[in-house]
Amino acid sequence: MGRLLLIGRLALRDLRRRRGEAVLLLLAVLAATTTLTLGLVLRDAAADPYRDTRAATNGPDVVASGPSDRLVGLATAAGVTEHSGPFPVAKAKIQAGGRTSDVQAVGRDADDATVDRPELIDGTWTRAGGVVVEAAFAGALGLHVNDVVVLNGRSFSIAGVAVTAAAPPYPQANCYFPCAIGGGADVPPGLLHNPGLVWLTRADVLGLTDSPTYVVDLKLADPNGTEAFIAAHDHLQMKSWQEILADATDVAKDSQILLLIGAWLLGLLAVASLSVLVGGRMADQTRRVGLLKAAGGTPGTVTAVLLAEYVLVALVAAAGGLAIGSVAAPSLTGASSGLVGSAAPPPLKLSTAAAVTLVALIVAVLATLVPALRAARSSTVDALADAPRRPSRVGWLIRVSARLPVPLLLAVRVAGRRPRRAVLAVVSVAVTVSGVYVALILDGFLTSHPPYGGYDDAQVAALRHVLLVWTVILLGLAAVNAVVITWATVLDNRHASALARALGATPRDTTVALAAAQVLPALAGAVLGIFPGGYGLFAAVIGITGGDSSRATLPSPWQLMAVVVATVVVVAGLTALPARLGARRPVADGLTAPG
Amino acid sequence: MSDDPVLRARGLRKEYGRDEGLVRAVDGVDLDVAAGETVAVMGPSGCGKSTLLHLLGGLDRATGGQVWLTGRRIDNLGERGLARLRRSAVGFVFQSFHLMEELTAVENVELSGLLAGRSPRAARRRAEELLDRVGLADRTRFLPSALSGGQRQRVAVARALANEPALVLADEPTGNLDSAATLDVLQLFDSLHEAGQTLVIVTHDARIAATADRLISMRDGAFVDETRLTGGTTGELGALLRLED
Repeated sequence: MGRLLLIGRLALRDLRRRRGEAVLLLLAVLAATTTLTLGLVLRDAAADPYRDTRAATNGPDVVASGPSDRLVGLATAAGVTEHSGPFPVAKAKIQAGGRTSDVQAVGRDADDATVDRPELIDGTWTRAGGVVVEAAFAGALGLHVNDVVVLNGRSFSIAGVAVTAAAPPYPQANCYFPCAIGGGADVPPGLLHNPGLVWLTRADVLGLTDSPTYVVDLKLADPNGTEAFIAAHDHLQMKSWQEILADATDVAKDSQILLLIGAWLLGLLAVASLSVLVGGRMADQTRRVGLLKAAGGTPGTVTAVLLAEYVLVALVAAAGGLAIGSVAAPSLTGASSGLVGSAAPPPLKLSTAAAVTLVALIVAVLATLVPALRAARSSTVDALADAPRRPSRVGWLIRVSARLPVPLLLAVRVAGRRPRRAVLAVVSVAVTVSGVYVALILDGFLTSHPPYGGYDDAQVAALRHVLLVWTVILLGLAAVNAVVITWATVLDNRHASALARALGATPRDTTVALAAAQVLPALAGAVLGIFPGGYGLFAAVIGITGGDSSRATLPSPWQLMAVVVATVVVVAGLTALPARLGARRPVADGLTAPG
Repeated sequence: MSDDPVLRARGLRKEYGRDEGLVRAVDGVDLDVAAGETVAVMGPSGCGKSTLLHLLGGLDRATGGQVWLTGRRIDNLGERGLARLRRSAVGFVFQSFHLMEELTAVENVELSGLLAGRSPRAARRRAEELLDRVGLADRTRFLPSALSGGQRQRVAVARALANEPALVLADEPTGNLDSAATLDVLQLFDSLHEAGQTLVIVTHDARIAATADRLISMRDGAFVDETRLTGGTTGELGALLRLED
């Protein structure tokens, strides 16, 4: 217990001593844990509006459709406690607002059914010559009460706009007739395409068609027993409330996939960020390690002390990510206007909390284990002397650099002194660019014509919003990474830069060298981020989601070139100032810096 | 020795702080160093010797005064001009050697040449010649960590000579060395003196100072005494300096 207390105390004190770095560590892991939480809880959050609508409208547990004579017996089937219908349904073409769309028109004379009582959000219920439009469908077509629409050549006035839990909001639908949701011009003839839902009087519906189908809404004794009920009546076309919920939260499902892609990328980037920060902190803790060992600390104890502060940061980041992700999830659900209520922060499941915490700990341990073990195994005498970590020697790089102009000679040697840091810089940029590559493809997919997945403009906008959120977080974290790596390089090279200047390098030579030492890995990272990074990530996304990659448009060579150039320019811009500041110190001051 | 001084300083000052906190690290120093001359500057720790050396070599900016090197005024040069100066006219030898730990002996020496724009082949050839001259022909591929203190300082001297500078400035070159290594480096400086290299050596060790043509004593940032030493040293350097006891 005493040892645990000691480890905890030392960890907290060191975090307090360098608060700026602790905050950076926290932000890096927090970005990953927040995005992961969003991805894990989004669908739960999106389910709330449907549940509210179901409660408000006494939504059915099962919706059955087909010929009237086959539906009659369902009202008295085992397990059924209430029913409404059968109601006639006709397929029709609606002309409104300059658009022609398919619709399924349900005939209900009065809103007096016991099961499925659509809630009017505007206007009144159906009357002869009047039509009530499902709210999301009305929103998509820009329809309002008292507007005039044409159904199969007959004019109707919009009496009202309503929401229901018996069918998912437009553009999803229950297919009472053969229909296709999503897709484009390749929908086979004879199928309804993204049919909207409207209600008319029975007489008006029967006047639209000679061959209506029928629909009946059922309440079961066990609302969760829908699967068994449907299986017992597999000769009929049925849809459970769970299936309707899944359709209603389809946008959230796709948002979830996008967020999980983002969380994966941010997790990788967080490992790279932490590795850079941890490397610098470990170098500053050399003497502390020596003191611990001189006082009797075993390598195990020293490793535990060094790891403890990062585990602590990871736990705080996990808690923060869970809190922020849960609160932010409702804003990203893309909730449809076809439901009442709004998404609320969902209750956190133990599995979600465990997953996020585990990911945070893995990120922290992956980034810190090697430096911690290395520090714990270092010589006690060397550690007490606080000798700076010796730079690495990469012989072939030194030989090759001798043939380069002075700024590049120095730049290559700067990068070669800390090859691990250079690799981390390459990995950071590669992860970021692969994310941008996939984001470009997905954004192109979402904005393609016809709209992706049959979603309306608002839902596509919601998905693009989610994509934008994690792309911005990814780029932000990558930018912070670039600046931190540059600062670490500038500090680490104070002595070497001063020595180079003492031997005749100009301040411009050393400034360009320090900046180029970041730009060269960024260039390599940008190229690797496109291939194999971006290609590989997109293939993985398609593989996991079962999507069709032939429908995706890969970025053009010009776009890819622009990504590479933009990456190099941004990194050069971010690193120019720290590099320039580092080169302004008098040479004599720099020679006294540890090197 | 030529009549035109290689190095000239007039009223050289370096001040830190202000008002009650003002510290005059170098306080109105005048100095002339003739071509081929070895000048030793002695004084207790903190008297401003190293600061003076940094000002003379353009490693730091003076608060006041003027410095000329090979007839050219250098105190008003920008950093770029000073860098070019350090490439061609000045070589430095530091107490802590200041070698790049990741470069071998020959790579450390050739770095000066590469920075001055020599071709890799020419820089390498010059480096190998210099290492041979300082007695390290068999150590060219060794990293500094594999060299003794004396050997590292000899590499530093070779590096200082890489671009045939008009002046070599040495800041406590034997400060971190044991007796045997000190003798090695002293012999090296003696050979440079014999070859006509102009040297300014800052030291607090009287034995080192005794090898110079001229000894200047420094205290509290100012020169307080100057002595012209006659005859320099003979081949019995070690015995004369009682370094072989």
